Amino acid sequence: MAAMAATSAASLAVSTPAGFLSSSSSVLDGGQRGAGAGAGTAVIVQQQRRSRHVALRAVASPRAEFELPPPPYELDALEPHMSKNTLEFHWGKHHRAYVDNLNKQIAGTEEERYSLEEVVLKSYNNGTPTPLFNNAGQIWNHTFFWESMKPAGGGAPKGKLLQLINRDFGSFDEFKTQFKAAGATQFGSGWAWLVIKPSLEEWIAQRQTGSDEPVKDKDGNIAKSLAVVKTPNAVTPVVWGDVPLLTMDVWEHAYYLDYQNRRPAYMDVFLDQLVNWDAVEARLEAALSTVNLTQQTFTS
Amino acid sequence: MGGPFKLPPLLYDMGALEPYIDAMTMKVHHGGHHATYVSKLNDAIKGKGELESMKLVDLSQTAIKMGPAVRNNCGGHYNHTLFWTYMAPKGSSITKPTGNLQAAIDKNFGSFDQFQTAFNNACAGVFGSGWVWLGVAEDGRLSIETTANQDNPLMDGVVLSQNTATGDRVPGTNGRKIIPFMGQDVWEHAYYLKYQNRKTEYFAAWWNVVNWNKICEYYDQYASKKLYIPVA
Repeated sequence: MAAMAATSAASLAVSTPAGFLSSSSSVLDGGQRGAGAGAGTAVIVQQQRRSRHVALRAVASPRAEFELPPPPYELDALEPHMSKNTLEFHWGKHHRAYVDNLNKQIAGTEEERYSLEEVVLKSYNNGTPTPLFNNAGQIWNHTFFWESMKPAGGGAPKGKLLQLINRDFGSFDEFKTQFKAAGATQFGSGWAWLVIKPSLEEWIAQRQTGSDEPVKDKDGNIAKSLAVVKTPNAVTPVVWGDVPLLTMDVWEHAYYLDYQNRRPAYMDVFLDQLVNWDAVEARLEAALSTVNLTQQTFTS
Repeated sequence: MGGPFKLPPLLYDMGALEPYIDAMTMKVHHGGHHATYVSKLNDAIKGKGELESMKLVDLSQTAIKMGPAVRNNCGGHYNHTLFWTYMAPKGSSITKPTGNLQAAIDKNFGSFDQFQTAFNNACAGVFGSGWVWLGVAEDGRLSIETTANQDNPLMDGVVLSQNTATGDRVPGTNGRKIIPFMGQDVWEHAYYLKYQNRKTEYFAAWWNVVNWNKICEYYDQYASKKLYIPVA
């Protein structure tokens, strides 16, 4: 049983920001329901899916409805960069509607017993999404978005995250340029992301070296692991096996009351004043430590 | 701005569609969003020989092949140029279609009310950004269709009337290629300043400013004759 529990814990790559790490039970038992449980913060690494499905079934407990977790700050706490008015609509109406609508869709179905991540992945259905996907994806994305911001945010990352950003983008400024370009060119509705895009071998190899020296891939090129991606509408890079570290909502409802059509101004403010780099760093650390655990499990 | 395309002026004041569409929305929608589509379209076709001399209707048909810069901005310019003309201050137009269009709507939808309901349902059924259209299909019947982002039914290869994730048919639509002669913008920028998330309220209010005089004219002179509505 201990080995089984270790597998199930290890199988979830956690992207929970620092503020939520204390609610450890919410991750280990796969629980994603209940206020403040940080719904949608467990990310599943694609390569581990087979063992994970078995493990999660073993520890999953019956559930009823998804809840809408509040952002980890008051609705006016991001003023003047993102207004209370915007939060009241964006979280209080849009995000809430996705939760209410998904609950209606899953009532009386087996998805009632799934975690949010399971609904997202199952409804993505390997690229031919089912009607649950738009709601499930948007619930996940919005929770991740609130947790990606904080009052008096912005500034710059540090430590391992900064090292990897410098390695994979050249500089923090270049990362910001690419991130904003992704947000600007996501035509229509969607999201811009910073993600980890590893191959499992490269990840393990880097962990084994224990250093920050670049890992080379089989062609001798430095194995880049961080990347900026953009997704349309409700899509989340979780479905491709990426590990999200940061997201920015570029649906117009995210910025229209405060910035109208000035999406570039919104993106500048997001990066300079709102990004919660502590949360991003915690997500990176969680992803690194999870892969390490998996490595141990496989070799035992 | 350079290039052949220009932002057309509105035929009414910014505040003329109040209280259904607020003046600030008109200002940003026309002077911000539409103006940007025009300038970016001109940038996209600059120095591209044949593209620079094509009429907007013809450019629209090849737009998807020409890549995202042309597709998105050509679509945005065509869609919005006609959008302003689908509307007029309340009281300055008949409030329902008459003549041939009235007959066609009754024939295809049962009644004007049933058409309105179907159209509103399609508007509510679009996920993400896009447009909802009333148009004439190849067999001459009327059909409601939707497109994503700034696509429109003129574009060869366009995806019609599908939910952006599931690919399911948007309610009330048929997935038929049409000649559009009336359209509704369901991008959030079309209504967010006044209606925020209450988009169905916007869709209901919009009928107060629909310019049926103009739309009947579009149907009679172009769409029913299988012609796309030309714009300058």
